[in-house]
Amino acid sequence: MLSAEEWGIVALSLKVGGVAVLATLPLAFALAWVLARYRFPGRLLLDALVHLPLVLPPVVTGWLLLVAFGPLGPIGSRLQEWLGVTLMFRWTGAALAAAIMALPLMVRAMRLSIEGIDRRLEGAARTLGAGRWHAFRTVSLPLALPGVLAALVLGFARSIGEFGATITFVSNIPGETQTLPLAIYSALQVPGAEAMVTRLALLSVALSLGALILSEWLVRRTHAERARHGD
Amino acid sequence: MAIDIDVERRFGASVIGAQFTAEAGLTALFGPSGVGKTSLLNMVAGLLRPDRGHIRIGGRTLFDGATDLPPEARRVGYVFQDGRLFPHRRVKANLLYGWRLADPANRWMTLDEAADFLGIGHLLGRWPQSLSGGEAQRVAIGRALLAAPQILLMDEPLSSLDAARRDDIMTVIERIRDELKVPILYVSHDRAEVDRLATQIVEVGK
Repeated sequence: MLSAEEWGIVALSLKVGGVAVLATLPLAFALAWVLARYRFPGRLLLDALVHLPLVLPPVVTGWLLLVAFGPLGPIGSRLQEWLGVTLMFRWTGAALAAAIMALPLMVRAMRLSIEGIDRRLEGAARTLGAGRWHAFRTVSLPLALPGVLAALVLGFARSIGEFGATITFVSNIPGETQTLPLAIYSALQVPGAEAMVTRLALLSVALSLGALILSEWLVRRTHAERARHGD
Repeated sequence: MAIDIDVERRFGASVIGAQFTAEAGLTALFGPSGVGKTSLLNMVAGLLRPDRGHIRIGGRTLFDGATDLPPEARRVGYVFQDGRLFPHRRVKANLLYGWRLADPANRWMTLDEAADFLGIGHLLGRWPQSLSGGEAQRVAIGRALLAAPQILLMDEPLSSLDAARRDDIMTVIERIRDELKVPILYVSHDRAEVDRLATQIVEVGK
């Protein structure tokens, strides 16, 4: 059904998306936790910064990444000098761009579920002998799990659909940074590649739809489970 | 087991506090709603910090100017008004939550003994959401007892139950008082309940 080249595009997209969400998850969870639980000066600003990639033109996000992570950028030059790592024009750079674009969605999903946790359950755990960390691991985290899973799925879907920031930051290099949307864009420029465009586009629709349904199902499953045992 | 409590905490314009000593048995903190009886229990449990005062139980200082033990180090079993069972754990795992965390040398009850004492052996595989109010309160009491506490705090444990269940749970509480001989601090605003259960009454909010 798909050619070897197309399979390569799909595999690269999955790799970029997978690495992006897994690497972002701890940071996104920490941000969600802090925004859900604490009131502090600058909270509004932090909230706005987290959501910025959602509303900023992706090309601007990509340009900012270029400025920061390019060979002369403040972060890029140090990564190169100290670790010998370059992100520009590499699939790792595509993962970074995807991660930043996925971050707001991931934080939102987890924050909702953290806000839904009855904090008095943590107090109950403490009186039963659990330290802060143990109460977090055995009570808060399991109760936030549906949100974490939904965040992974949504973030993944967002990552494999990323276009603007990616093409600006890491360009469109077949086999290295050419993910699904970039490949569709390239194929659109070539006469006679309509069949390939159709196949890749349908694949994109299927992946996105599947992710949305899966994440909705994960959230509902918990509610359903509670309701089922509720009476 | 001597209980010596003298605490005070300011909430905006009002001050919540109490000063009393008690021996073993069931000490009722009795008073109308809204005078901060639950806050007093939260201070004893370590969930709420008093502005000043001390909390000593059986020669151990849980709180004074220099000491402020975290809740997990206080060995205080807390039975909440609403049970507050962990919704993501079955009854058995709820019961064993504190037991597993307790120092084995301090444990004084096994799961089987607790299940037997409270008549909840048939509920072990159930989810908390599937329990009736009376069943949930029994499990909550068992969970607190199994955590090897030196004292039990009970916050209106009968308030969400119908008359028949109330009588059941009152019998359970009497047996904890008389057979297990665990000292109990018991918050209530119900005169009849207090008259039946208490060995000592502390009026709060007067």
